Amino acid sequence: MFYREAGDFSTTYREDSQTFPIKFDRYRYYAVLLIAFAIIPFLLNDYWVNAIFLPFLIYSIAAIGLNILTGYCGQVSLGTGGFMAVGAYATYKLMTAFPEVSMVVHILLAGGITAFVGVLFGLPSLRIKGFYLAVATLAAQFFLVWLFNRVPWFYNYSASGQINSPERTLFGIPITGANTEPWAVYLFCLVFVTLSAIIARNLTRGAMGRKWMAIRDMDIAAEIIGVNPLTAKLSAFAISSFFVGVSGALFFSVYLGAVEVGEVFGINKSFLVLFMIIIGGLGSIFGSFAGAAFLVLLPVLLKNVLVTGLGWPTDLAAHLEFMIVGFLIIVFLIVEPHGIAQLWRVAKEKLRLWPFPH
Amino acid sequence: MKKKLLSAVIAGFMAATPVMAELTFSALSYRTGAYGNNGIPFADGYLDYFTLLQERDGGIGGESIRVIECETAYNTEKGVECYEATKGEGVLSYSPLSTGITYQLIPKVTADGIALHTMGYGRTSAKNGQIFRNVFNFPANYWDGASVGIKHLLDINNGDIKGKKVALVYHNSAYGKEPIRTLEELSKKHGYELMLLPVDHPGQEQKSQWLQIRREKPDYVLMWGWGVMNPVAIQEAVNIRYPMENFIGVWWSGSENDVLPAGDKATGYKALAFHAVNSDFPIFDDIQKFVVDRGKAAGAGDQIGTVLYNRGMYNAMLITEAARTAQAIAGKSNISQADMIKGFEALEMTEEKMAALGLPGFGPSFSVSCENHGGDGMVAVAQWDAGAGKWSIVSDFQASDMSVIQPLIDEDSGAFAAENNLSPNCN
Repeated sequence: MFYREAGDFSTTYREDSQTFPIKFDRYRYYAVLLIAFAIIPFLLNDYWVNAIFLPFLIYSIAAIGLNILTGYCGQVSLGTGGFMAVGAYATYKLMTAFPEVSMVVHILLAGGITAFVGVLFGLPSLRIKGFYLAVATLAAQFFLVWLFNRVPWFYNYSASGQINSPERTLFGIPITGANTEPWAVYLFCLVFVTLSAIIARNLTRGAMGRKWMAIRDMDIAAEIIGVNPLTAKLSAFAISSFFVGVSGALFFSVYLGAVEVGEVFGINKSFLVLFMIIIGGLGSIFGSFAGAAFLVLLPVLLKNVLVTGLGWPTDLAAHLEFMIVGFLIIVFLIVEPHGIAQLWRVAKEKLRLWPFPH
Repeated sequence: MKKKLLSAVIAGFMAATPVMAELTFSALSYRTGAYGNNGIPFADGYLDYFTLLQERDGGIGGESIRVIECETAYNTEKGVECYEATKGEGVLSYSPLSTGITYQLIPKVTADGIALHTMGYGRTSAKNGQIFRNVFNFPANYWDGASVGIKHLLDINNGDIKGKKVALVYHNSAYGKEPIRTLEELSKKHGYELMLLPVDHPGQEQKSQWLQIRREKPDYVLMWGWGVMNPVAIQEAVNIRYPMENFIGVWWSGSENDVLPAGDKATGYKALAFHAVNSDFPIFDDIQKFVVDRGKAAGAGDQIGTVLYNRGMYNAMLITEAARTAQAIAGKSNISQADMIKGFEALEMTEEKMAALGLPGFGPSFSVSCENHGGDGMVAVAQWDAGAGKWSIVSDFQASDMSVIQPLIDEDSGAFAAENNLSPNCN
């Protein structure tokens, strides 16, 4: 009834090609931004930020990054954890070597370094495809984790082999270290998430995104119509790794503060981010958010319901949590193989016709 | 987005429970995952001791006890979630039983003013209480363990291990890397050759490490392992017929769960210990009577008297004694988080105190001060006898080599102070 394009006239090409051409969608988007930027920061406490919002926001960036590579360009990657580690260790080296430079610069530089490493490991994608490429990126995962464990220069020769983020401020407000305010770290990450999503959305619906999708759908056909597979694939690796690197940098410096590479950026992380985009929806920016929310929030929610709410033993709850999350993943994949984003799309289609379906 | 908000609202609603006037302690335990086999007995012992005090004495100093258990699965992200979820409830002391989580929590507890007690794990240089004001790691730490392990080798070699080859099989994490610096310094002093063999998380795959041991034949093997890594390593040692009496684990690699899978061949395997490893203490009668018989035993109740159960119980005992000390200092029974830190810092464990608690001679007597948050580092060596099915202490408790360790502690704590702009003080 209220969700439809009737009466919503575009008089310029600009209006017609905007991200949310339907008025209702657009207002909803502004409302979400308004709530996220202007209302949530006032309601936050340490628990909400550290257990819910920071992981959700940071995983969203990682999922957006992987979605560009896997969802849009069709290159399966199992190296996300390793690339996040590159971002984390790059920020660590930068923030300890140049303490006076702003964290924003460090995080962007860390993304750039990760993009470079991503391109290096993306080179094999020019020759190998599908499962074989997945195995090649798996090698990147293990190699990078091994490297950061093995070479003491990366962790500044600390006895424990851990990296710790010292306190750094932005406009005089601490955003890393122990003395941070919940709203400050939340807003810091939110800015990165918002910018990542806007950039990714616009890249994927522009010429570059079309090239990626052409490669994904059929690389030989794409080549014949004039898409250069070299630049298309490598740009996908570079941009995807940039976002993944930024998320790794935030994960280490803002969220955890101390990181042990084998545990935090192990193969599990690669799978987790891959599951996020599969459940959320391949080739969808909204899907990246939905998948991250599903896999970050559901375990916390289940834990709170089962342990705090119902008073069950913690081990029973932890085991049940695995089973419930696993079961829901299977249900989702059977009911809607294209992920939560597709459910959302279907819901929108239904809403357009409501209340007078044919 | 809506879904996110809705679930977040529910999560927040569920997490919020009112704070009551009682002494609240946390149990960041893990009963699942690759480290669950070692996490379960520790958590059971820890919880049972609190239950015992509650059931027998009605709490500590008249205040009832509340323990909030939270499952971390030895995972740092879950550990942080647990910390944030419980810290608002007025928790007096945290003991995460994980070196990785400890590193996460040190800056957080420092900012929040909550005590962190990492008994025999965590950041070793927290022994320097002038810098780590609310972190405590008494009665012994990893560097004490490394030092006493080498001392034991000196003892059985009549004081000379020059030219011997010592291998360290370690969990490739902050935990496993802790002793390396000390062992390197000690190798300069005593002239042995150190060989490092990292094992990656979780540690089920150690064929290559033990192949290397078989090839290079080190005279002694030290192990810093935890979780599933321990039984695998001991089984591998049995498989290559490594002489078990030359194989020494740290205290986290010396429980029944670690040696039982290897069967009879594990006899002779040694492990370090900083407390008694048997169950001949009067307190176990009380635990039977007040906890088990009343059906309040934690977990499955089948771990009572095992090494790690004892350690969990010992940890809870030290925390509750610190709480008693804090009550005495503050002059009131309902102590605050700040009082608890003072209690830890003034804790004195004497022989009489332990005997009165039903634990005569269970651990070393020591006292904590602001300068020394780590106790005296008294460590002994225990040995496994598969026939009798039990561990027994085979050496005296001896102190670590502080001439080597103290400079390392000063260096590491100094680095932390410089990183965080702290100046050492005791005020």
